[in-house]
Amino acid sequence: MSTTTAARSGPAVRVRGASRRFAGTAALDDVTLDVPRDRVCGLLGRNGAGKTTLLSLLAGHDRPDAGTVEVLGEQPFENPRAAGTSLLVRDDQRYPDDFHLAHVLRVGPLFHPAWDAALAAEVVERFRIPAKPPVKKFSRGQRSALGVLLGLAARAPVTILDEPTLGLDATARAHFRELLVREMSEHPRTVVLSTHLVDEMEGALDRVLVLDRGRLVLDADVDEARERAHVVLGPAEAVERATAGSRTLASRRVGGFAEVVLEGPATAAATRSAGAAGLQVRPAGLQELVAALGAGDPPSPEAAVTAPAPSATTVSGASR
Amino acid sequence: MLDDGRPLFQQIAQQVADGVVAGTFPEGAQVPSTTELAVLHRINPATVGKGLALLVADDVLHKRRGLGMFVSEGARERLVARRRTELAATYVRPLVEEARSLGLELDDVHRLIDQLDQEGLR
Repeated sequence: MSTTTAARSGPAVRVRGASRRFAGTAALDDVTLDVPRDRVCGLLGRNGAGKTTLLSLLAGHDRPDAGTVEVLGEQPFENPRAAGTSLLVRDDQRYPDDFHLAHVLRVGPLFHPAWDAALAAEVVERFRIPAKPPVKKFSRGQRSALGVLLGLAARAPVTILDEPTLGLDATARAHFRELLVREMSEHPRTVVLSTHLVDEMEGALDRVLVLDRGRLVLDADVDEARERAHVVLGPAEAVERATAGSRTLASRRVGGFAEVVLEGPATAAATRSAGAAGLQVRPAGLQELVAALGAGDPPSPEAAVTAPAPSATTVSGASR
Repeated sequence: MLDDGRPLFQQIAQQVADGVVAGTFPEGAQVPSTTELAVLHRINPATVGKGLALLVADDVLHKRRGLGMFVSEGARERLVARRRTELAATYVRPLVEEARSLGLELDDVHRLIDQLDQEGLR
């Protein structure tokens, strides 16, 4: 495919039936999605859900075993025509051993024609990126800050950030969100970023993709996602009676109380009758929805082996 | 700050409308740009744009090509009129419902309001 219309219009990213297996385990399983142009798309889901695998396919660092991936109309893997259109900053981004901040600032413009040196300098200052130590001595947060610098200053048409806020302090995360939305207004481009900080990042996102065990389980506008689930809370038996027959995404019991996350918006009638039964009904926040989508039991013994163990960075439970 | 459970674009629209009602943005004045609002609240410019579009549809704001968004003539009056009609549903009903659930009568609610008045609520 040469310079087709897809390169200039249509979605920035088009994935069709993409699968990727590692040692017989499906890291991505038949994923189909579009990422619209000039939007910020959040890739959410638990550890081990397949986020990094998908991002690697988009960046052309890897290719699918089945299905297709197109970025701005080109298949990115080993394709010189696609080089330079996208930039992936990995959460474990590697740099040459003797690299210092100054090297990154010098090399950046060589690989990225739209590199903005003033923006790079602003990131250095706001994130307090140190000049003296070699990059390999950087703390987790400092490495993330350097990734933010690369990702934003490069102004790549498709910018892919794998957990850009990992280890960043609260001040730096606020700077990141501010710079991201400023860049999106002044120099619109397509951004795909993965994160576990759902609540915090929600406002900066246009769209959300949620992966669970390699499958795409949500693909929606952020506003739409708020209609995808609701929460019912109250005495366990009353909750059970009120929610029988509804599709439950997640549930938990604490003492005699139950809280369930149900698929779909709460209907006015259901809310009234639940209210009459002494139950609380409210829309699920995005963070609750994402946590609920990752809470399902493994569908098969094979998947049980691949299901990720919870860790400190996993999205916390459904409570607020 | 922003987040009362409603979609963010509605909250942005509400906030700018609040500014019009309060006189922060008088009629004919320019309201902050999409970029300014996005950076201020650290939310997506497309979301801000959607919120401002709601206000344009309601003729609270109008666009001047290349210049920005401005408060329409009569916008404050229209917003105030609408909010007056909504007052019963958004404030009075929940107040009465809560009072009832606490075993108070309407007379008690009236008394509370009179009391506030005497204490010199602005």
